[in-house]
Amino acid sequence: MVKRCLGLIASVAVTLLGLLLVTFLIGRVVPIDPVLAIVGDRANADTYSRLRMELGLDLPLWRQFLRYLAAVAQGDLGQSVLTSRPVLEDVLRVFPATLELATVAVVIGAALGVPAGVLAATHRGSLADHAIRLLGLVGHSVPIFWLGLMGLLLFYAKLDWVPGPGRVDIVYEGLVEARTGILTLDALLAGETDVFWNALHHLALPSVILGLYSVAYIARMTRSFMLDQLRQEYITTARVKGLSEARVVWRHALGNIAVPLITVIALSYAHLLEGSVLTETVFAWPGLGQYITNSLLSADMNAVLGGTLVVGSVFIGLNLLSDLLYRLLDPRAR
Amino acid sequence: MRDKAAVTMSDASPPWRAWLTTDTPQSRLQARLGRAWTGWRTFRRNRLAMAGLLIVLALVVVAALAPLLAPHHPYEQDLANRLLAPGPGHWLGTDSFGRDILSRLLYGARLTLMIVALVAVTAPVVGLLIGTVAGYLGGWTDAALMRVTDIFLAFPKLILALAFVAALGPGIENAVIAIAITSWPPYARIARAETLTVRHADFISAARLQGASSLRIILGHIMPLCVASLVVRVTLDMAGVILTAAGLGFLGLGAQPPLPEWGAMIAAGRQNVLEQWWVAAMPGFAIFIVSLGFNLLGDGLRDVLDPKGD
Repeated sequence: MVKRCLGLIASVAVTLLGLLLVTFLIGRVVPIDPVLAIVGDRANADTYSRLRMELGLDLPLWRQFLRYLAAVAQGDLGQSVLTSRPVLEDVLRVFPATLELATVAVVIGAALGVPAGVLAATHRGSLADHAIRLLGLVGHSVPIFWLGLMGLLLFYAKLDWVPGPGRVDIVYEGLVEARTGILTLDALLAGETDVFWNALHHLALPSVILGLYSVAYIARMTRSFMLDQLRQEYITTARVKGLSEARVVWRHALGNIAVPLITVIALSYAHLLEGSVLTETVFAWPGLGQYITNSLLSADMNAVLGGTLVVGSVFIGLNLLSDLLYRLLDPRAR
Repeated sequence: MRDKAAVTMSDASPPWRAWLTTDTPQSRLQARLGRAWTGWRTFRRNRLAMAGLLIVLALVVVAALAPLLAPHHPYEQDLANRLLAPGPGHWLGTDSFGRDILSRLLYGARLTLMIVALVAVTAPVVGLLIGTVAGYLGGWTDAALMRVTDIFLAFPKLILALAFVAALGPGIENAVIAIAITSWPPYARIARAETLTVRHADFISAARLQGASSLRIILGHIMPLCVASLVVRVTLDMAGVILTAAGLGFLGLGAQPPLPEWGAMIAAGRQNVLEQWWVAAMPGFAIFIVSLGFNLLGDGLRDVLDPKGD
């Protein structure tokens, strides 16, 4: 068990190294000259070559990669050209907003997806089953940024149910001190209930739309796990014992698929972090996705690659976590 | 009712149908056509899959006949008629340059089809090659190739595509390259799994004993067996490819204006979405319908070609 977990961690380390190699290589093939970006095109040849040496660009590629690894290990992701701050600082500042959005979204996704999947499995072939499957197909086919725009059009402009883009109304901006960076949490900690409700209101539409994205996946997986369980003999035994159908389904069968379900939810959490790139752009949500796209549009490569590295690492981390959870919680996987 | 129809059909079945459904085909061609025919019959019963097929065929027809179907030129500006609501003359309205949205959508089908086709002929081929080689040769080759595959799989696709586009520069060709680079790993996985199941089969040993090289065995005997499951996967993935391409276009990193790419059209309609909703809404519908078509088609194909899958 311990040995296998160690093996898993080793393979994740290799994957992380690969991630670093890819971001490093992308940084090297960019047609932007990093030296010119710093000194400007009026610098003389002397300044240019001195800085080039300082940056280590005259070294062979593998030495450059080692330098890059050392820098990343020390938390140095370079300087952002756009904000002229260290990239790591920027990323840490914007990441909580993405985390907040994705977390609420995955809660919504699980809260809707699991019951939908159970319903589809227990009523296999029924209208509900087909409807859930069709809804899943629709969810896989609709561009999320478009859904966000249409959501704003309908619920903000036409019905006025939700506030517009952004994390909070302008009047409330900067009222609470950013302790965790998660605005709803910060507002509660500061006792500012007005800000909390406003922030929650702002969170509603983007998180529901992002959450719907994962409902389809969670429901499909729940359905197929559930169908597997309902065929088992212990289910028949439970029914013969005279347990109510609700207890058989929700307690016995669902209890047995809890572990794989947790891994599915962890995986969809990782995908939501990615999906938030487009959602954040639509809702002017000041998170990592918006940071990466803004940096991209101003050719700020350090920031783009730093952001990519962070998202990639979180993604790999969540994958590892779901794998470990699975092995720890499910005796059959030991 | 259906049984009765089947009986009358088989009574009056033309000789070609009997030739197709015979249990004792006389040639390889006949056997293959027969298999395709039974597959088609299964497929045809699935109404949703047929709808998907129709949508995809419609996309191809629209793309091919765009100049004939479009009422206006996709780039023709008419500033006097900016942001017209859908109505006669401009069925889907006009955008902020007075260009006819319907015509732009019809021409945009060409771009969508081009992106889909380019990704579909590159990524699966690369994945197939890597997967079959890894699976057949095994050992260190397998370990190394699968490690690389895992690394690419561990990336969030859209973020990786963004980083590649950032490196290569915005544009539709680079978007296609970025999408292709990020989408080959699942194909490699599938191809490897299929290869492992046939690797020790007798017909492979027979080929090897006859002196066939590894390359010949992989290309001639293993790859053809992996194609069916790859086709299913490719069809299912095309919706994702369309959505990613549209997302890149929406962020301004894919097709550049004035190209009528659907994602970029949504981005252009974004400023006035609250007043002139149709400018952003119509291209979104187009993306939605086409990716739904690919999803439905892929689902149906999976039932026909790969009944093992869920």
